[in-house]
Amino acid sequence: MGTRVGMAVENQTGDLPITGPPKGHEGQMAAPSGLRMQDQPVGARTVVDPMIEIRKLSLKYGAKVALEDISLDVPKHQVTAFIGPSGCGKSTLLRCLNRLNDLIDGVTITGTIRIGGTDINDPSLEITELRKRVGMVFQKSNPFPKSIYENVAYGPRIQGLQGHSTMDEIVERSLRSAALWDEVRDRLQESALSLSGGQQQRLCIARAIAVEPEVLLMDEPCSALDPIATAKIEELIAQLKKQYTIVIVTHNMQQAARVSDYTAFLYLGALVEYDLTKQIFVNPSKKQTEDYITGRFG
Amino acid sequence: MKRFWKSGDPFIWLSGGALAFSLVMVAGLVILVLVNGLGSFWPSPIARLTLAGGKELMGQVAHREKIPQPGAPPGASERYRIQVRVGNRDLYGADFVWVEEVSIVRRDFPAEAVLIERQEWGNLYGFIKEVRDGDRVVARGPVDGWKGLQASLPGTTSTSKDIRRVEKKDIGAINYAQEQIRLRMKKLGMRAREVSPEMAQLQQELETLAAMYRVQEARLADLKKTPRELLVVSAVGEKEKELPLSQIVRAYQPNAMGLWAKSGLYLSKIWEFVAGEPRESNTEGGVFPAIFGTVMMVFIMSLFVSPLGVLAAFYLREYAKQGAFVSTVRIAVNNLAGVPSIVFGVFGVGFFIYLVGGSIDRLFYPEVLPTPTFGTGGILWASLTLALLTVPVVIVATEEGLAAIPGGMREASLALGATKFETTWRVVLPAVMPSILTGLILAMARAAGEVAPLMITGVVKLAPSLPIDGFWPFLHLERKFMHLGFHIYDVGFQSPNVDAARPMVYATALLLLLVVLVLNLTAILLRNRLRKKYAMAIM
Repeated sequence: MGTRVGMAVENQTGDLPITGPPKGHEGQMAAPSGLRMQDQPVGARTVVDPMIEIRKLSLKYGAKVALEDISLDVPKHQVTAFIGPSGCGKSTLLRCLNRLNDLIDGVTITGTIRIGGTDINDPSLEITELRKRVGMVFQKSNPFPKSIYENVAYGPRIQGLQGHSTMDEIVERSLRSAALWDEVRDRLQESALSLSGGQQQRLCIARAIAVEPEVLLMDEPCSALDPIATAKIEELIAQLKKQYTIVIVTHNMQQAARVSDYTAFLYLGALVEYDLTKQIFVNPSKKQTEDYITGRFG
Repeated sequence: MKRFWKSGDPFIWLSGGALAFSLVMVAGLVILVLVNGLGSFWPSPIARLTLAGGKELMGQVAHREKIPQPGAPPGASERYRIQVRVGNRDLYGADFVWVEEVSIVRRDFPAEAVLIERQEWGNLYGFIKEVRDGDRVVARGPVDGWKGLQASLPGTTSTSKDIRRVEKKDIGAINYAQEQIRLRMKKLGMRAREVSPEMAQLQQELETLAAMYRVQEARLADLKKTPRELLVVSAVGEKEKELPLSQIVRAYQPNAMGLWAKSGLYLSKIWEFVAGEPRESNTEGGVFPAIFGTVMMVFIMSLFVSPLGVLAAFYLREYAKQGAFVSTVRIAVNNLAGVPSIVFGVFGVGFFIYLVGGSIDRLFYPEVLPTPTFGTGGILWASLTLALLTVPVVIVATEEGLAAIPGGMREASLALGATKFETTWRVVLPAVMPSILTGLILAMARAAGEVAPLMITGVVKLAPSLPIDGFWPFLHLERKFMHLGFHIYDVGFQSPNVDAARPMVYATALLLLLVVLVLNLTAILLRNRLRKKYAMAIM
């Protein structure tokens, strides 16, 4: 398998065409300069200029294996989707990226994860520093029981930022980036819990990007939302990938096809296939993947 | 029939009935306390009763009841007796008299009958014979005498107020300062420095104070010398009573009063009850020191119990590794709430008073010993004992609040780079605040009504001074205090004059209910404001 080039799928509005480009279309891509050679993950696609490099990652809850020998690279400023049936470990994998699994007792993790070149399991790395670089949006919107303003300002405040005017700027910029500013500009001091579900989720996105992370993890961000709110979030994701590297876990295959550039299919804790989204959905190389995306199981 | 049971209607009726029954019980209790408590302040008319034997009685009818006639044939007419408050304890010996209604020949309500509330000996019922100024008669007869009394009473009242102020405030302050200097001298003596410049200076200060004391004493004597006005009252039964005007708290003619005048008097009596000091071994006057003591004790208790309970709950729920041990601790805490309060009282005496208080005395107040300062019951120890008693309530409520906070909220904060402590402090604590307040409300309600442990840790039937006053350090946590709950017990069941005290019992009970209600309402309003602020849906 040769070195591939990260590409952005210019397809933000609609579904992928049913008849995709023929196999080998990647060859048309020009290799950018600064191409890095890596230890190539076996059986998975490699990318140029990866933001996150996962190597031989295994995770056990006690004796139960949740992830087994996963290696993949997540490209910078792209949207990468993790798909797979329930319990396949996609959320667990996501939560490894900001070490949120550390909270659970009895978890053992082996393998390495590098984000921006830093080993995140390095004991000398402050976990809080890591989490400032890797923001997260959860499945169930979870705004704090504080005002809208305070929700967005929470992260910067934790980082020790003070001063009203700077904070006002950050709050406005974050809310604008999360496409929420126009809806809440007049009621920033109201409780965040007075917002609708979709607004709450966008507020959570605003809160996550207020600390200017490099990576944004999204754990099924639309699963509790109606189609209109979902469309808004998806639009937002397309906007945000210009600035952030986004990893999204989703149940919804249409959503993965719509928003992501790369897709990883996990099954029973193992990475089955990882490739360009177009490739996965149009011409999967594994039978399992094809069965899953065509709805034969899962 | 089976369908009827299945429909669930009986269950609805049953549950509704249980609620209705509870409500009726509570309403009945409140109405009983309300009627008896508030009714006792209403100036009821003075009745003059002429009995069959020609004997006369005058007083207020307090009670009417059926006479039990166990051996009477069926259909026999029912007989009633009335309890009359005749007052004049110094003349007749007893305040109350039972009279059979059949023996009453005549009952009238003379307009000139006067009721005089006195500083001592309770109420006086009679007719004014004359008002005297020394030996000179100012006014004579019931009508003129009443006018004369009205004219001279305000002056006397203000004079007696002056006397009380000089006695309590001015002389009290000098006494207090003298006591402080004496203690300092004793302290110096204990350090073997009897002869030192400090000692000499203290001696000099003591002399200055003694001079000041003599001045105040002279002023007091002067005040007391002012014309001693006398009121001569003739009571039924050919008795007469000479009463110095300074002894009169309040004099009125209930039979001659209109509704407005009675209402005014009613309010002034209620005010006296709420804001005044007790008289006549608590059976008359007010209960202000008891209200003050109750509220202050509850506040001090809250001050201790909230941080203790909240911190313990945080550790149990947020930090401790959940397992068998923590479950055991949790069960133990819950059981602690069921321990009889007197057990906590005994613990308070043994631990707080003897051990902690005794050590404080030996370390910081050796000059006062053997008189204990903290080594005896006081408001601080009573509050601490109650804090221990109520801490399980706060722990349980806080823990439940913590358990109800969605885990996602904590994860969101952690994912933003906050540490566990920052998460706890900035996200979890504000979110759990309403639950903490719920716990505090329950704790306060329990503490305000608790009596048993207080009786042995610092409550007294009559405290000479409040725990807060104008003397440095203003807050005297070692002082004994009065409490409404104990007041009810003391007045109702320990009083020598039970009949006279009965209205006080109801009124005090009503006041205790009100104090608890006000404390709770304040906390509930605060909680609701917090809830609204955060629009908490679940908690």
